[in-house]
Amino acid sequence: MAEQREKVLVVVQLSGGNDYLNCIVPWEDPRYQDSRAAVRITEEEVIPLDNGLGLNPGMAAFKDLYDEGKVAIIHGIGYPTPSRSHFRSMDIWHTATPDRVGEQGWLGQAIRQMDPNGSNVVTAVNFGNALPRALAAPGVPVASVGDLDDYGLLTGMAGAAQREQALSAFSRIYTPGVGSGMVMDYLGQTGLDALKGADILKQAPAMYESTVEYPDTPIAKSLKGVAQVHMADLGTRVFYTVSGGWDTHTNEVALQRHLWEEVSTGLRAFFQDLEEHDLGPEVTVLVFSEFGRRVKDNGNGTDHGSGGVSFVIGDQVKGGHYSEYPSLDVGRLIEGDLAYNFDFRGLYTDLLEDWLNLDAQEIVGGNFEKISPFAGAVA
Amino acid sequence: MTTTTKSGTDLDLIAHLLRRAGFNPTWDELQEHAALGYDGAVDRLFNPGPADPMPSDVIRRYHPDQTITQIAPSSGSVWMYRMSTTKTPFEEKIALFWHRIFATGQTKLIQGKVMLTQIEMFRKYGLGSFRDLLIQLSQDPAMILWLDNQDNHKDNINENYGREILELFAMGVGNYTEEDIKECSRAFTGWTIANMPYMSIRMRNNTLRPYGYVAWQYKFDPEDHDDGEKTFLGETGNFNGEDVIDIICKNPATPAFIARHIYHHFVADELPVPQWPFEGPKDPAAIQLMVDAYFANDYSIGAMLRAMFESDIFKSEEKRHARIKSPAELIVGTLRMAGGFDWPTQEIFKATAACGYMGQSLLAPVSVEGWMGGDDWISTGSMVQRINFASDTVGDHNKKGIRQIVDRVAERHPEGNVDPEELLDDLLELAGAIHVESDTLAGIVTYASQQGGIDPRTEDGAAKIASILQLIVSTREYQLV
Repeated sequence: MAEQREKVLVVVQLSGGNDYLNCIVPWEDPRYQDSRAAVRITEEEVIPLDNGLGLNPGMAAFKDLYDEGKVAIIHGIGYPTPSRSHFRSMDIWHTATPDRVGEQGWLGQAIRQMDPNGSNVVTAVNFGNALPRALAAPGVPVASVGDLDDYGLLTGMAGAAQREQALSAFSRIYTPGVGSGMVMDYLGQTGLDALKGADILKQAPAMYESTVEYPDTPIAKSLKGVAQVHMADLGTRVFYTVSGGWDTHTNEVALQRHLWEEVSTGLRAFFQDLEEHDLGPEVTVLVFSEFGRRVKDNGNGTDHGSGGVSFVIGDQVKGGHYSEYPSLDVGRLIEGDLAYNFDFRGLYTDLLEDWLNLDAQEIVGGNFEKISPFAGAVA
Repeated sequence: MTTTTKSGTDLDLIAHLLRRAGFNPTWDELQEHAALGYDGAVDRLFNPGPADPMPSDVIRRYHPDQTITQIAPSSGSVWMYRMSTTKTPFEEKIALFWHRIFATGQTKLIQGKVMLTQIEMFRKYGLGSFRDLLIQLSQDPAMILWLDNQDNHKDNINENYGREILELFAMGVGNYTEEDIKECSRAFTGWTIANMPYMSIRMRNNTLRPYGYVAWQYKFDPEDHDDGEKTFLGETGNFNGEDVIDIICKNPATPAFIARHIYHHFVADELPVPQWPFEGPKDPAAIQLMVDAYFANDYSIGAMLRAMFESDIFKSEEKRHARIKSPAELIVGTLRMAGGFDWPTQEIFKATAACGYMGQSLLAPVSVEGWMGGDDWISTGSMVQRINFASDTVGDHNKKGIRQIVDRVAERHPEGNVDPEELLDDLLELAGAIHVESDTLAGIVTYASQQGGIDPRTEDGAAKIASILQLIVSTREYQLV
């Protein structure tokens, strides 16, 4: 089972803006206590970590991974002139172009480098119904899977025999004919790629066996799907998953704790599963959110801010702290937000160059300082 | 191949018109318009009867817990009900048209209600004078908040709206300078939201509550309006927003830009909008036709569209099926084929969500640039969604619309068993004069033949017919409009 596989990147996107201050908590810092009069992780609740920092109380399972040395915490991550708009900021993370509206996703471009001819239609698999822009690039096929157990085309046909016949008709009528024109050809190719992807992916759940019990949450279901496809060895190199609901303008303390419980327990189960199958070393997980949140709370939650935290998790990751926690001094804040001190494009460069072994420069648009979180990488 | 009705009207042409000016037409809609002849059918579009959609009180009685007008999937669903039940689909197509250009997202507005108000404004003003429409847009609370015009102050301008009205809404890049943007923004200072601090608190407290809910309102604040002299597009004066809109509307770049959008939305897929400054329109004659209609009819958008629909360019064979359906067109057309909704149902949320999965979250576009359209809609992921949604929707032969199609097949074939080729001819026609290429037709006929004898008078036959419809709406051709 332990043959050398190609390295795989799994992205976990926290949509809505994970509050950095209440995730990696500077709980002893009086400036934190003052700014977060109402929306604070208290001394009794916090899970102490090190360096005067603690974890959100929902991150107990995450702490296990950290204690195993698998988790790199990247502090103060962001980009110049931060946008506090969800979509714009997410778009910037997806396209790695803060200065203008980028059209191509950073991972879409990465996939094109790996497989220029799109010969494997499942090089990238997105778990979720909507395709994130990070994966979008012209001519790059991406399978978007809502539910792996029920994934495929024409799933609404009444009987198995009928569906078989309909699928065979489908592949016939989608095969581009002579002189049917560019649009029809494009539709045909895309339809056939979708069909092929579905055929390939549906093998995965049948091949999967594990003793690991995943929690019954949407993100854990997605991560289980990642494990199933990865174990089926279909040549997938990039997986994408999304956890939603992080826009904690109200009821933040309870909400964020609950969300971190879901993500943390899901990730722990995922790594247990990989370990059981001796497949841990090939997998790295990136966890990110589009921005952090305002330093001062709004009484019940926090508003959009800048400067956040990302995580890189895996067996080959050197666990610990990277970059620095931005200052909480009022004078050092930018419009009431933490000043970012590490450009996310540097982290992308680490992942692209030192993990996926690709040329990062053209994807991220230049040279950015790296953090070198991987054990084998040259700093 | 053209099908001619008894009155001599080209049914395919009527279907083309109705698909573009609405959604995939039902057989009744086709017959009704064909009886009027082409020009009569165009005339009917501009003088329709009542919309008669599912009433909003009925929707609210069924969905009280969904606080239906307040969050995106819910307010999007209210529009989805309207589109799939209205008797005046052209009105909805116009609303979709402006929603794509004046792309506003409820994501930044805390509530969906103001978005529905904006869409209603598009219905009311969308075919009228472009001047009136731009004034409505500039005073639209959703737009003001979306582009931060409440932060556009006399002594500290915010250029967001001033820029986008020129770049994205009316003229296009290359027809104004950065200085014009500043002057335009100055003219719109004081165009703001009424009672902002109070409303913000109210909004925060009410966000997730179903009742007692108030939408943002527009207010002109003369205290915060910069009344000084401005020079905009070569003219100088103490301009207000209305004056700036006058100057925009009389500039020939404006109707040319809007005409290209109309072409893209109603005639044939154009290049993505960001490329327009660098590449001319596909069909300059079509643009000119609409520009002339605009100036001859007091900036009337309706006149532009009418000139287009009546032109030989629009009617030509090569313009048929020349666009990729947007997700909303695909979904609504298919829902209408299956019979729309008689009563509110949870199914609506599936439809609205599917629209988002296919890349068009109604009332929540990714950015102010709206949706590019064309082959941007198509990816392996979106194809799975498109095919599965459409085939799921028509697969139930007990749905009203599908049952009607089956019954009509039965009427045409009182003898019972129907030959697969004849059946396909009937189905394609009855489902909205759908066109498929001969290879596709042969593939579906093969499938139909595999189903054994099909007697439309029986339940078994009805189910088989529904399954053939499932394949029809899964074709490449069905992705086109």
